[in-house]
Amino acid sequence: MGIAIGGIPIRIRMDNADFLRMLQERYAGFVTAAAGAEFEFEIDLAAPGLISAEEDVRVRLHDGQWSLDRGDFHAEWNAASARGRIRQTANPYSIDAVLRIVHTILLAKEGGFLVHAASAVRNGRAFIFSGVSGAGKTTISRLAPPDATLLTDEISYVRKQADGGYCAFGTPFTGELAKLGENIQAPIDSLYLLKQGSENRIKPVDTVEATRALLSNILFFAEDAALVRQVFDAACEFVARVPVYRLTFLPDTRVWALIV
Amino acid sequence: MNRKQYVARSSEIAARRLGDETMIMSAHDSTLFTLNPVATAIWEGADGATALEDIVRTRVCASFEVELGIALRDAQRLAERLAEHGILLLADAPFPASN
Repeated sequence: MGIAIGGIPIRIRMDNADFLRMLQERYAGFVTAAAGAEFEFEIDLAAPGLISAEEDVRVRLHDGQWSLDRGDFHAEWNAASARGRIRQTANPYSIDAVLRIVHTILLAKEGGFLVHAASAVRNGRAFIFSGVSGAGKTTISRLAPPDATLLTDEISYVRKQADGGYCAFGTPFTGELAKLGENIQAPIDSLYLLKQGSENRIKPVDTVEATRALLSNILFFAEDAALVRQVFDAACEFVARVPVYRLTFLPDTRVWALIV
Repeated sequence: MNRKQYVARSSEIAARRLGDETMIMSAHDSTLFTLNPVATAIWEGADGATALEDIVRTRVCASFEVELGIALRDAQRLAERLAEHGILLLADAPFPASN
């Protein structure tokens, strides 16, 4: 089977039909044909228990081979062949984490990123709502009006386009809403830094604050100097191109009157 | 204590000047720093060949209203802090010129 997030299909191979079926249900809407996928992982299911000694996520590149570790998985991925292997127990969270990490690496190379943010499409334009846990990503998603299509309530997917603009894509990476985003894309209109408050207000944010806020919310795991530079540059270039605002909002639907 | 200190920007960083400020990210631990205009002046002067005291004198005291002694003390603190994160290199002698 293939899982295409952000328009990038990754082929998943394994022998366990039950687990594959579970993945097809979990990533429904993002499942695609495996043929033609540029990237591939084979999953080995292990018996329950610790897979890696690493408690936190560790992502390292050594001699062209990425190694991705967390207590519940160990994955290796060859950068040149784009083929890899995941050893994990039979749970959906490990492969979910591996997919996020792989996409952060792929996106960084082309000037994009995954960011802790909800996002939605309205009137053909994508709006990104970024913030740490508790800032209001789930709240703003829950309040979205019927004419807004939710891309994600948790992890937004940003790709740089050939014309220098940016597109947001739907993702299956869910937060508290536990609802998959729609697998669509739209050019990004603006980025909002969320803050819950006593009124609905939008205020432009200066470049330094915007860059700092964006960088602090970008998902990034790899201990690789070149990739750190790419992510840093991607954030700077995004802020130079896309308007960034502070969105202070009351938790009711009126806030969406400002998002047009 | 009066030995001259030399400072050099690490190559293991990503940096960008934004207006009067500079954002720097460590490539080792992704720690993010924002340098104010004074710190930016020191950062930009950290060529490895110029003593920190001379950087402070020519780039800080010449542009900002601050006494050399106070500015140098602050600059040394800044340099040590940045050095702790590996984004600035400190030495008692000029760094060899890189090709």
